[in-house]
Amino acid sequence: MKLLESPAMKVGLSISIATGLYGISFGALASASGFTFWQTMAFSLLMFSGGSQFAFIGVVAGGGSGIAAMTAAALLGLRNGIYGMQMNALLRPRGWLKYPQAHITIDESTATASGQTDPDEQRRGFWTAGIGIFVLWNIFTAVGALAGDALGDPKQWGLDGAAVAAFLGLLWPRLKGREPWAIAAAAALATIVAVPFVPAGVPILVAAVVAGAIGWFSHGRSDEGMEPDLDPYPHSHSDADPASRERNAQ
Amino acid sequence: MNLWLWILIACGLAYLTKLSGYFVPAKLLRSPRMMRVAGTITIGLLASLTVVNAVASGQSLAFDARLGALAAGAVALWLRAPFLVVVIVGSAAAAGLRLLGWR
Repeated sequence: MKLLESPAMKVGLSISIATGLYGISFGALASASGFTFWQTMAFSLLMFSGGSQFAFIGVVAGGGSGIAAMTAAALLGLRNGIYGMQMNALLRPRGWLKYPQAHITIDESTATASGQTDPDEQRRGFWTAGIGIFVLWNIFTAVGALAGDALGDPKQWGLDGAAVAAFLGLLWPRLKGREPWAIAAAAALATIVAVPFVPAGVPILVAAVVAGAIGWFSHGRSDEGMEPDLDPYPHSHSDADPASRERNAQ
Repeated sequence: MNLWLWILIACGLAYLTKLSGYFVPAKLLRSPRMMRVAGTITIGLLASLTVVNAVASGQSLAFDARLGALAAGAVALWLRAPFLVVVIVGSAAAAGLRLLGWR
């Protein structure tokens, strides 16, 4: 079989381009928030999880401490642990392969693999999306960081507005149904109430505790909020949802 | 230098979290309650980060051009614009409102 005829590789490549490109907004925002070029690159090379990366720089840009930024990034990365478990069950990597595979276990690679039924296609989809995004995300982070440095005053270009839109864009795909909206509203309200009383960065952690408590004590769907940032299979949504495949597999 | 330390710790934790999925017995993570909490925390953090970046200014609330960016971003998302377009629309709205004199 020619590799380029593989449906999973096609999906993996197109999602790599779409996701990789927005590395440019991460690079520009990080440099506008005062991170050096190599700090910005460290995020994309080593952390490699868009939501966590944006969270870290978002907390620091708002005047929060390094430890608050680290905590927010770590909490936002929790879902990757669950993706890792799903990919371990689906792809069954052997020996050392687990270590590089873990690094590229993110929303998009998990969603691409989960949307296929054939084991070879699942593997191809995972690695194409994972490696493709890693390469392009890092190239475009560098482009954004260099461009951001050259722009001068970030507010004049509305880069603080870009950050607001970016977080809303990361949240949006997860707001399917009434319950996620209610959780988001509760978290937003907790944030606004907390801002005047605690140091910058801490309101985000207060909201995380509120949202976590809602999840712990209520009894809704177990995969709430686990939808990937991007949907690689827009025409067959239930197949693209890793958590629903997980349920089907049981 | 201090900030570098937190960046590297956060990067290490991000990798260990991903790796833990490959080594922790599936039974432990497959608990529906754990899955659910990871999901609701994700929603809560992203909602909070949106709000903080839109209205917080240090320890006070400020209503400025960033609210325009929030509204413009929401409209773009509602019209199913791709992520990068949403980000550009947000920055254009904030920059445009400032040009019009709304800080």
